[in-house]
Amino acid sequence: MTSPVSRGFHRLRRPTGAEAGKLPPGQHVTTDFPVLSAGPTPHTPLQEWTFSIRQGGQTLRSWTWPEFQGMPAETVTADIHCVTRWSKLGTVWRGVPVAALLDQVEHDAQYALAFSDGGYTTNLPVKDVSGGQAWLAFDYDGQPLAPEHGGPARLLVPHLYFWKSAKWVRGLELLGHDQPGFWENYGYHNYGDPWREQRYAGD
Amino acid sequence: MAGTAVRGRLTWQVATVTAVTAETDSVRTIALDLPDWPGHRAGQHLDVRLTAEDGYNAERSYSIASADGEPVAITVERLDDGEVSPYLTRELRPGDQMEVRGPIGNWFTWGTHDGGPLLLIAGGSGVVPLRAILRHRERSGSSVPARLLYSSRTLADVIYRAELDQYGGSAEVRYTLTRSQPPGWGGFAGRVDDAMLARIAWPASQRPLAFICGPTPFVEAVAELLVARHYPVSRVKTERFGGA
Amino acid sequence: MALDGNAIGGLLLEIFGSEMTSAEVTCAACGAVGPVAETTVYVRGPGTVVRCRRCTSVLMVIARVRGLNCVDLSGLTALEAKARPDD
Repeated sequence: MTSPVSRGFHRLRRPTGAEAGKLPPGQHVTTDFPVLSAGPTPHTPLQEWTFSIRQGGQTLRSWTWPEFQGMPAETVTADIHCVTRWSKLGTVWRGVPVAALLDQVEHDAQYALAFSDGGYTTNLPVKDVSGGQAWLAFDYDGQPLAPEHGGPARLLVPHLYFWKSAKWVRGLELLGHDQPGFWENYGYHNYGDPWREQRYAGD
Repeated sequence: MAGTAVRGRLTWQVATVTAVTAETDSVRTIALDLPDWPGHRAGQHLDVRLTAEDGYNAERSYSIASADGEPVAITVERLDDGEVSPYLTRELRPGDQMEVRGPIGNWFTWGTHDGGPLLLIAGGSGVVPLRAILRHRERSGSSVPARLLYSSRTLADVIYRAELDQYGGSAEVRYTLTRSQPPGWGGFAGRVDDAMLARIAWPASQRPLAFICGPTPFVEAVAELLVARHYPVSRVKTERFGGA
Repeated sequence: MALDGNAIGGLLLEIFGSEMTSAEVTCAACGAVGPVAETTVYVRGPGTVVRCRRCTSVLMVIARVRGLNCVDLSGLTALEAKARPDD
């Protein structure tokens, strides 16, 4: 049995001509900023917050909040694309390039697993977070990043689906092999390029 | 009959809209013709699936606003940035079709044998399943004492006002308006707090059964207040609504 | 946005073939027992995450990938559907 069509119903706002070129396939533009999460908002006090780069069970380097704030930061304007099909254009962030953090450790790892407060993880190739395409972001739209959006700091990797931009991130585990993170374990794509519509494993 | 009931619950059936009624500026009650509907308990919800011409579909859940035995109806609040509620509240007409699955949910439900006294606390569109409970109670001639405390932003936002104002006797309805009150307003004002509950909540010694429905922060704040008034957690049922 | 198990009644009906909001779930991490209706549920992400309201550990994850539901129940030790007398 095929479903009857509900007269007059259609998907949310189709992109206008001006925006159509800027959107990956299957996405629509939103003007609000949906809050999506897999768990309760953590509230790690800043005096306890650290960001660590780990490998083989060792912490190679760790930054406290004041040390992290002392790193040179950039303003980034980016379009973000969520696998649930909304995209938000022209979002403005301030963050420290992940490359600047990785530059301070010696490693030969090809892959990373980002880990966050609350247990969330997501995997990325090291080259995708070190080539000027990823930031550890702490400001959104001119304000300190709100807890429900991942504050005090989240990963920002706009060239991949936004589930890779881990909220409440606390570090990167460097690995020699690609290890699926939270959503990847359930069938989401290990890489997640929105322009090739890599939503699910095998896409 | 059992065969029909199972099929109704587990599969999608086609529903035809028979009426769309404005409750407030942004809220509509949609009555549906569902020939294979197996009946439902007050407090249950149903899932709606809409399919566009290009095959795109969207699903949402809505509390059933009607009592068992009445035509099945849902009440939908329009969220301006939503995908489905603007369609259901602005575009939908009698004769239109959608798919429905249900009834769903056996926890947040009330039947006359569940007893009372009943304390129903609604935040905004959370009033919908509680209204179904009151209608069912009325239709079945139950004398279980019931009180509804209904929190809305303004008087214009109160859904089912005329109907709720008609309750009397062993069913009492009280309103609280949180954002603004009309001149001469005799109801409560402001958010539900312990002082307000002191005036309307049954004492715990009467072993009341409470149902709280509305947005998550509202439900959790009110549940905490009731537990602090010694309502056993097992006698406080909650249903949290989100946007869509 | 955190909802509760009532919000996934339809999804659980699809997966288990019967009403599950009143089913009793036992948390593998803290042992808490309660109805699915009272769990904390996160629905707006790539999948649905059901957490123990008491200790927040993950009870269930449901991801819909290419029309199929992938269900992980490793966070719970028991899930017992309750039949109502009038079912």
